[in-house]
Amino acid sequence: MWYFDSPQIVFGEGALDAIDELQGRRALIVTDTTLVKLGLVERVAEHLGRAHIEYRVFDGVEPDPSVQTVLLGAQVADEYAPDWIIGLGGGSPMDAAKAIWVLYERPDLQPAEINPIIKLDLRKKARLLMIPTTSGTGSDISWGIVLTDTVEQRKMGIGNRENIADISIVDPALAASMPPQLTADTGLDVLSHAIECYTCAWHNDFADGPCLVAARLAFTYLPRAVANGSDLEAREHMHNAASCAGLGFSNALVSIGHAMAHALGATFHLPHGRAVGLVLPYTIEFSAKHDPSRFADLARFTGCSEAMGKAAARALAERLRALCEALHSPRSLAEAGIDQAEFEAALDKLVDDAFNDTSMVSASRSPSYEELRRLFQHAYKGQPVDF
Amino acid sequence: MAYRFPSAEWVKEYMHQLNTSPDYERAGKDWERDILFVSEPDRAHPEYAYFYLDLYRGKCREAKLLSGPDEKKTGYIISTPFSTWRKIISGELDPIQALMTRKLKLQGDLMLLMRYPKAAMEMFACVKRVPTDFGDSQA
Repeated sequence: MWYFDSPQIVFGEGALDAIDELQGRRALIVTDTTLVKLGLVERVAEHLGRAHIEYRVFDGVEPDPSVQTVLLGAQVADEYAPDWIIGLGGGSPMDAAKAIWVLYERPDLQPAEINPIIKLDLRKKARLLMIPTTSGTGSDISWGIVLTDTVEQRKMGIGNRENIADISIVDPALAASMPPQLTADTGLDVLSHAIECYTCAWHNDFADGPCLVAARLAFTYLPRAVANGSDLEAREHMHNAASCAGLGFSNALVSIGHAMAHALGATFHLPHGRAVGLVLPYTIEFSAKHDPSRFADLARFTGCSEAMGKAAARALAERLRALCEALHSPRSLAEAGIDQAEFEAALDKLVDDAFNDTSMVSASRSPSYEELRRLFQHAYKGQPVDF
Repeated sequence: MAYRFPSAEWVKEYMHQLNTSPDYERAGKDWERDILFVSEPDRAHPEYAYFYLDLYRGKCREAKLLSGPDEKKTGYIISTPFSTWRKIISGELDPIQALMTRKLKLQGDLMLLMRYPKAAMEMFACVKRVPTDFGDSQA
């Protein structure tokens, strides 16, 4: 028994017009200051005006939002009493919006108590609308929330199927202004979601399709979107790919690559997409050693390789390394600029954090503590994994 | 040799698997709670069974079959019908997915448990290593 959940997805050019049809009184827009400066909050506000919905902006979301930030946002929501919460931005504002919404609805909970097992009984006060402005996180589609515990310097994976958005507006125009580096980082996140979801132990028939499509779109259009940000066809397909991959991983899960990337992000503050894109070839080589069949499927479907078995998995890993090189994205932690002495000093914490990350529960091949340590070491040196 | 589930011998073998697993030792190194597992009656096994594990810093200090739910006050209670235990022990059902779909019912401090997903995984990985005989009962 399992579930497949999805928001209503409004996509394509002009999708933002769907806001004009919303029913409601007040909206709280959860975002960050950059999006205010870029004028994207104003664009959303214009549409809210057409729907006769008042709004207030909470723009205090930082990259890797903290527990304290979402508690503050929930307090603002409680004071303003909106009937819509709008997450506008990349993964950080959208994850913060989900958490703020849950805490607004359920003030009896602490963020760490939002878990997949409890019943939340949401939508008594407000509904949730997501508007992604980057093409990567899939956070508009997924129910997962990543917050940072600033005391312990670790990322917390929380969430519950009930906190999935009501509506996601996937309008490519909002992502058109992403600079090349951000386009590359977020695009690698799309690939990591699609590949890890398709090959993890929790893969399922319903999630497989969106993952395959997302992977093929990203391999095809990511280099174009990075090379030429004005390539609107590439932008639109990457924006759709991000939500397709979100549809996949929200209904299966991700795996070792995300566990390692969360640990790297918390310790070295590497952007998530860059970190997970970097470690993914290594985790593919590790995971495919015992059963490469699903990696071979992916390699065939995305045109990486017609080979079977481990050769196909290796081809997929090499294709990812080549893509990182083409995007000027690091292929090793050393290339990412992490000092060797600092890496070695942090290695025990990295392994501990990744070992206890929630993404690890769906690994198709679960690494031992020592294997995980070696994975980090290989990723540091850029050495393909042979164990 | 296969151990009959549920039985005192099976529980002792589970304890042995936990105490010889380096991955459980590592994943559970900060875990200090005991757990009562309840096998609820169903058509395949029409009786309750209760087994107790005292898990402390990566080791199992005590494991035994209990006569009833009140014999020990525990930090956590995990309960499900016998046939669901059978699927978990034989690897047909992912225990974490079973928790998420509430097929495994959990009582206790969820917030604490969610900090140790790998410990929970390794605890259930050890269950699967116990050679188990379910008798002639079939779900």
